[in-house]
Amino acid sequence: MQVKLAVKRFDPEREQDQSYVQDYTLDVPDHYTVLDALIQTREEVDESLAVRCSCRASICGSCAMRVNGHAGLGCKTKLLDSMDKDGVVQVEPMGNQPVVKDLVVDMSVFWNKIRAVKPYLQPEGPEPEREYVASNDSMLKLLQTMGCIMCGACVSDCTVLEVNENFLGPAALAKAYRFVGDPRDGATNQRFGELDEPGGMWDCTRCFECVEACPKGVAPMDQIMNLREEAAAAGFTSTIGARHAEIFADTVKHSGWLDELQLAVKTPGMFNIGAQLHNMPVGIRAFLRGKLPPIVHKAIPSVRFVRRIFEKIEED
Amino acid sequence: MYEHDVVVVGAGLAGMRAALAAAQQGADTAIITKVHPVRSHSNAAQGGINAALTDRGDDWEDHAYATVKGSDYLGDQDAIEVMAQEAGAAVIELEHMGVIFSRDETGHLGTRRFGGQERARTFFVADITGQAMLHVLYEQVMKENVRVYEEWFVTSLIMVDGECRGVVAMDIMSGKIEAIRAKSVILCTGGVGRAYEPSTNGLIVTGDGMGLAYPAGAALMDMEMIQYHPTTLKGNGVLITEAARGEGAYLLNSEGDRFMKTYAPNMLELASRDVVSRSEATEIQEGRGVDGCVFLDLRHLGRELIETKLSYINEVALDYMNINLADEPIPIQPGMHYIMGGIKTDVWGATPIPGLYAAGECACVSVHGGNRLGANSLLDTVVFGRRSGEAAAARALERPFGRVSEHAAYLDETRIISLLDRKDNGDSVAKVRLAMGETLNEHLAVFREEQGMQTAAKAIQQLKERYRYMPVKAKGKVFNTALVFALELGFMLDCAETICASGLTRKESRGAHYRTDMPTRDDENWLKHVTCTWSPDGPVVDTIPVTFTRWEPVERTY
Repeated sequence: MQVKLAVKRFDPEREQDQSYVQDYTLDVPDHYTVLDALIQTREEVDESLAVRCSCRASICGSCAMRVNGHAGLGCKTKLLDSMDKDGVVQVEPMGNQPVVKDLVVDMSVFWNKIRAVKPYLQPEGPEPEREYVASNDSMLKLLQTMGCIMCGACVSDCTVLEVNENFLGPAALAKAYRFVGDPRDGATNQRFGELDEPGGMWDCTRCFECVEACPKGVAPMDQIMNLREEAAAAGFTSTIGARHAEIFADTVKHSGWLDELQLAVKTPGMFNIGAQLHNMPVGIRAFLRGKLPPIVHKAIPSVRFVRRIFEKIEED
Repeated sequence: MYEHDVVVVGAGLAGMRAALAAAQQGADTAIITKVHPVRSHSNAAQGGINAALTDRGDDWEDHAYATVKGSDYLGDQDAIEVMAQEAGAAVIELEHMGVIFSRDETGHLGTRRFGGQERARTFFVADITGQAMLHVLYEQVMKENVRVYEEWFVTSLIMVDGECRGVVAMDIMSGKIEAIRAKSVILCTGGVGRAYEPSTNGLIVTGDGMGLAYPAGAALMDMEMIQYHPTTLKGNGVLITEAARGEGAYLLNSEGDRFMKTYAPNMLELASRDVVSRSEATEIQEGRGVDGCVFLDLRHLGRELIETKLSYINEVALDYMNINLADEPIPIQPGMHYIMGGIKTDVWGATPIPGLYAAGECACVSVHGGNRLGANSLLDTVVFGRRSGEAAAARALERPFGRVSEHAAYLDETRIISLLDRKDNGDSVAKVRLAMGETLNEHLAVFREEQGMQTAAKAIQQLKERYRYMPVKAKGKVFNTALVFALELGFMLDCAETICASGLTRKESRGAHYRTDMPTRDDENWLKHVTCTWSPDGPVVDTIPVTFTRWEPVERTY
């Protein structure tokens, strides 16, 4: 079949137009992946095309890139699933990371964030003579986070990192959960304390982009939610993020739907005058445009069903 | 000029284990690697790591004997004893570092069966054991703050007065070429899979360490011993783990027959890899294959087992073949996978060149001899990685830096400039590599014979000639992968030459080296390793005797 790769290229050594889109039209077998096509391009058409790749079997994590605007592994993305009606596939480097050349990005920031979560086992007490005894289930549970191949796809498409470069990001937080969830690790509370800081686990906005992007089913956002839940259960409830979650749930339980006004006022703290003053202009603008949530928050008629859901969850 | 006590080239399992060992001895240690450590090909090891844990009634001697027999008596028995004895401690150490090995009902480490062994002694993490170990070793490298030169490509060893005093390397990001002085250098660059086409190996597996050590004077040993893995996908050569058969999968021919009962009545699908691959190739040759393949059938294992213990190959089968392993047998064929041969070392990873060490697939201690047992390669990397790291650090700590010329990088700089200056003659790295890969895969595969190997040797000579004029069309400095591929191809051609020369030398069939024109094993004349050393006129071939300790060669049946 014929395919047209529209590759976003970048050459730092070019004097002008360092960034441009180049089209490559190729004849390829139907089963080809985006990476297969890029390799064919590099071998037969243009040796200068830079792309990292090695295993061709979604385990080395080298070839994360954006295909049609979404991050994934080139070797796991089939051309047939990616071509538009004219046979065009858009290929770009990952987002949220500086481009070095063509599809190659500088991952040093990515790795610095991994380093920041102390990404190694910190056992408590002296090592046993033989292996640590742990249930197979507890090990199987870790397989999901351990399956992370550090390709960077989740970081590429993270919407928080786009606006907040201090956010640890989905990969580092999933890595952190890999240790929190490990029965052999003894530093859980210390880890929670660090992840409780600004830029940590409470900065995720639950947009699901990382879950969509992850080629290995790690579902980083789910791991961030696990972190929050376990941290809150361990008493880490004082940050804005933790209170936001708690008040959110409380108002829904109480009235069956979210009380946005209460959420906005209570999250920073009723007597946090600075924060309340800071939020005031937003409130006034919302009022003027008729977007202020109702001052009197009425419960929905079927609130008892919502409460039953809460009770059921709390029971479990 | 940069300088470190110990420089490790390569950051797979052997490299990182070596670096950790050297750093723990107090040596200033750095890793130089052409890809980020977690991209290394150790990732692709799926099935597990062998060890006889004596506290649970297993016997290291039994493991050692299985390895000796698996090697078709070509492995050096002193080295095999070292590996089998140190295996248990190595696995426990990995567990302590954080590897999430599968457990049994009591919460202790669980095992599965693997080929060529009667007993289940393979420890595993689902079917991503290599990835699980590689990422944990990198965690330790981060914890210990070992310096890593990421995406630096080593172009040559610095040799002064017959001693290795460092490496010359190119920073791929900038194209800059630098000399890095060291008291000890450890090569841990993996195998040379890409010299074959197809291969299960990643695109980065290009024999760099062998290609660096060989012209520096180190011997390449047992290079004819190329392992074809019995279960690889047709076309792209992607690996399907032996753990599938370890968990009980069948091999079927086109008649639906479990054909291994003819070739290995006791061990069936779990005979050693050379035997299984040869049996498959025979079935296919005799017309009982389909489209060059036989079938691997996992259906009776059940969906749950497949999804928990073999989830990665399930993903691969779905991605590349659109096959759900629980519903359908998958067509597979033998495919180039591993090289038992490599840089000749002693049990401490030392080569005869002072200051030069090697470990992992690029080395030949030799523990694998004529055929490696599945799950012995991960073991090899961590045992001999650690040993070479300790030995290299000990050497480094007892001496000052040797003198190295300010111009150590100059030769490589000019070599690269002239490479980039070549005129376009229509040839390319890809064309030469493909021709080499197809040649070796045709003539030095599961079956070999004199004529074919002669043809291959001549073809490789011609490709080496073409290589001298082959242009590199990309001229940039930043991330010029075409340049890197051209340099890698040089290493692979040297390896290919020694593979042919060694194959032609061994006048018998042993392990993976099966000659249709000399189909029997000849213990009288060939209990010997074949070595190749570099000369301007091509490899100088020699033989050295195999080391025996306690196991006399007997007929090998499974």
